[in-house]
Amino acid sequence: MKRLITAALAATMLTAPSFAAEVKIGFVTTLTTGAAVIGNDMQKAVDLAIEHMGGKMGDLDVNLIYADDGFKPETGKQATDKLVKQDNVDFVTGFIWSHVLLASRKSVLDAGKFLISTNAGPSPVAGKLCHKNFFSTSWQNDQTPMAMGEVLNQQGVKSLYIMAPNYAAGKNMVAGVERTFKGEILGRDLTKWGADAQLDFSAELAKAKASGAEGLFVFYPGKAGGAFIKQYQQAGLRDTMPLYTVFTVDGLSIPKLQAANFEAVLGSRTTGHWAPSMDNPQNNRFVADFKAKHGTYPSNYAAQSYDAMFLIKSAVEAVGGDLSDMDAMRAALKAANYESVRGPYTYGNNHMPVQNFYLQEIVKDADGIWYKKNVATVYENHVDPYASECSMN
Amino acid sequence: MKRTTWATILFMLALAILPPVFMWTGNAFYVDLATRLVILAIAAVSLNLILGFGGMVSFGHAAYIGIGAYAVGIPVYYETYGGADAIASYGGAFHILVAVGVSALFALLTGAICLRTKGVYFIMITMAFGQMIYYLFISIEEYGADDGLVIDTRSELPLVSLDDPLQLYAIAYVALVIAMLMVRTIVNSRFGMVLQGARGNNERLVTLGYNTYLYRLTAYVISGAMCGFAGALLGNFTTFISPDMMGWSRSGELMFMVILGGSATMLGPVLGSAVFILMEEILSSITIYWHLPFGLMLMGVVLFARGGLMGLIKGKGDK
Amino acid sequence: MPPAKSAKITGNIHLDYTLLFIQMLNGVQLGLLLFLVASGLTLVFGILDFVNLAHGSIYMIGAFIGASLTFITGNFLLAVLIALPITGLVGFLIERLVARTLYTRNHLDHVLGTFGLILVLDTSAHLIWGPEGIAVPLPAWLDGRVELFEGVVVPTFRLLIIGTGLAVAAGLYWLVNFTKLGMLIRAGASNRTMVSALGIDISTLFALVFALGAMLAGLAGMLISPITEASISMGGEIIITAFVVIIVGGIGSMKGAFIAAIVIGLIDTLGRSFLDDMFQLFMSPQAAETSAPAVSAMLIYIIMAVILAFRPQGLFPPKVR
Repeated sequence: MKRLITAALAATMLTAPSFAAEVKIGFVTTLTTGAAVIGNDMQKAVDLAIEHMGGKMGDLDVNLIYADDGFKPETGKQATDKLVKQDNVDFVTGFIWSHVLLASRKSVLDAGKFLISTNAGPSPVAGKLCHKNFFSTSWQNDQTPMAMGEVLNQQGVKSLYIMAPNYAAGKNMVAGVERTFKGEILGRDLTKWGADAQLDFSAELAKAKASGAEGLFVFYPGKAGGAFIKQYQQAGLRDTMPLYTVFTVDGLSIPKLQAANFEAVLGSRTTGHWAPSMDNPQNNRFVADFKAKHGTYPSNYAAQSYDAMFLIKSAVEAVGGDLSDMDAMRAALKAANYESVRGPYTYGNNHMPVQNFYLQEIVKDADGIWYKKNVATVYENHVDPYASECSMN
Repeated sequence: MKRTTWATILFMLALAILPPVFMWTGNAFYVDLATRLVILAIAAVSLNLILGFGGMVSFGHAAYIGIGAYAVGIPVYYETYGGADAIASYGGAFHILVAVGVSALFALLTGAICLRTKGVYFIMITMAFGQMIYYLFISIEEYGADDGLVIDTRSELPLVSLDDPLQLYAIAYVALVIAMLMVRTIVNSRFGMVLQGARGNNERLVTLGYNTYLYRLTAYVISGAMCGFAGALLGNFTTFISPDMMGWSRSGELMFMVILGGSATMLGPVLGSAVFILMEEILSSITIYWHLPFGLMLMGVVLFARGGLMGLIKGKGDK
Repeated sequence: MPPAKSAKITGNIHLDYTLLFIQMLNGVQLGLLLFLVASGLTLVFGILDFVNLAHGSIYMIGAFIGASLTFITGNFLLAVLIALPITGLVGFLIERLVARTLYTRNHLDHVLGTFGLILVLDTSAHLIWGPEGIAVPLPAWLDGRVELFEGVVVPTFRLLIIGTGLAVAAGLYWLVNFTKLGMLIRAGASNRTMVSALGIDISTLFALVFALGAMLAGLAGMLISPITEASISMGGEIIITAFVVIIVGGIGSMKGAFIAAIVIGLIDTLGRSFLDDMFQLFMSPQAAETSAPAVSAMLIYIIMAVILAFRPQGLFPPKVR
């Protein structure tokens, strides 16, 4: 026991100060539990990004440290603390889950480091809790469902039933679609989320059906998405109550659904800021190399993580590798002067992307593989609804 | 002196000396690790009182950690964002009072019911009450429900500042020493003798005229209150509290700390928490599949190392 | 959290009997699934006096084996038939390697030992099958719907679960009450020496009971996976509820487990369906939606505590002991 502590002490004393020319990036994501499927996809994209950069940002070597949040806010915060205090990273990035981000943000920001969310976009960080050192390469939670609400209006859907998991992002997604949808909302279910999430939706689907709504809006990220789609099909709601989803039918669930031959997914529509089909040099290279390496299309989680690496690279290069020049790096991040896989975008006052949102459809590609394709633009340069609550300008 | 006494003194000395050394050598993270360790050790010491000495296997002890942490989080939340003036406060004394008071009350109410059952029913009903509190906090939207509650400000205490990692550690360490001494005093008192006697042969004590139910309930309440205090410290340490911290697997971990170190011993729970925290830290930094070796270690301890680590320290010389 | 525009909800669903009937059917289906898991648990618990927290992990392993075999054989039902004995074998191995050593220990050691086993089994599943889970396809004739009567349409597969659950319940009732094995099982719990004196190898009997319990859990896992997918965290999701079922029913009582499982399945489903409408009578819709699912989950534990407070041995404590 004592030997262990002494050994640990000795080890840390040896490693404490290091002046190697490197940029240290901590990446917090989910690597255990069923939600690890998202974390793994992010990891693949980050590794690919580093490979595409030749392992360097400017003259600095990239030192990437992955940390597991275990799908729990508390564990995520512990992992973040360790990255900040022990590994002394320059950037903390990652974060799939809104509640993990909300629990961990203070640890990073209080230590004066940059925090870049590659997925989670809960309303507080875009509004009242916005921070000069916080940036996002994804979106604010409300935006994608807002675009979906707009689509529903355009399609003349008069009434809606809503289902989402009961956590920060789920509530934001519901708020988002309700913000723009003009018809009636006939019912809403928030289901248990977390490590012991509810995955059998029979009771909720029966309620939805009984409500007689014209459409069903759901948000079920990760493994719950596939489970939901299957039960929706089994319940035979496809003809009477069309499904409108955000972050449910995605790059992660589509291959699984294709393997199980759930044809119902083909033609289903969603909204988003990015799809593998988007045609620009950065995206073409990303999607082609990702597919060649891993055999599947990257998910939006992967795309956002890939972008985060290039965003950081742009900041590191802007200061010529002088990582102590926080102000210049911040200005460089804010400029978003890098090749994003979604095409060019800018940052709003709250450091959330101001970007386009598209209507997307699940179709077969030339090889018969199912994937997500943009079919129309819903919003151009959309600013999230919380930007006005942020005191930065 | 006995080997176990020496081990206790040496280990507690090490715990007193090492964290400042970590701090001064620029390893703030290890101070955090030590703080977590010491706080969970207090919880384990409290569990040991009923599990080890009293023979009451509580599978819901994490609930008290949660109650204690929310007793800090909720008043701070109201003081920061307004509302519920009656309980809005940054005051540390108030937080601790609420943490200990509510924990004791919860222990009294649930203990009165739980102690009517025996054996595996007792294990499961304590777990049921733990799960009840877990779901209760998940259902309260105001306090963040599943997302948990960020504690914006630490408890304000006279003379010390909990924002300073070393001072927070010092408080936790002193609390641990006091908790250990308290348990020792209780166990060696007449009350403790009856409690331990009831673990072995309840009927005999009942026929001797002792109301063992009351003795056990008292111990149960003391243990709950002590664990609630540990929860208040944990809330101040993590500055975040979520219902996850009181799920059944957390209760299982607390039980494991006690057994790993050696139940019904003074140092056992502390040693158990130390090894638990360090193994978790070391294994999880090596592989994301760390639960596999960790689980194997757990099974190994249960299957082969009866008496826990204290059993090994004790060796053959001592009795 | 900024309050969502909750006033928008207009069509409050009034209690309609078709919906109530469908939800009760859903509740019974969940209850029977719980019974499959709980029956194995109560057999092992009641007869071997062994607390197996890792029972949920066997449920998960059964689901994964079934899912893998579905893709290999291309037929779900065939896969289940092959996967059942394999899951039984897994149970047998666990008994030989781990459980056996623990029989003579106290319940605390059982809880901790099998707590470790959960970590080992769940992480092994992560290593073998990856984190993403497996979606299990059903044959077309099972994937459809049946109209039971006017307005009541239910997925065929859910009826299959109900049918299987009832058949297994009947089978277990017959096994425990009318067979020699059942007699031995009942005797094994109450009088080990007597059984041994009859010249029966009690250690083999115990291993068989354990394997049977594993098969029941595995069957439940295989039946749920076409609905929710086989996933590495599914064991932890069900094990505690299954324990509540057998504690409420009375440890070792098959009848108790059956009744408690159905009751808890109904409470959970009906709670999820109707509680938030009821809560909206006295709180904001937003708060009602958040608290209703959690309160219906809490309800299960409240019921358990109340029952144990008045009947410390559960509803149907076995007579022998």
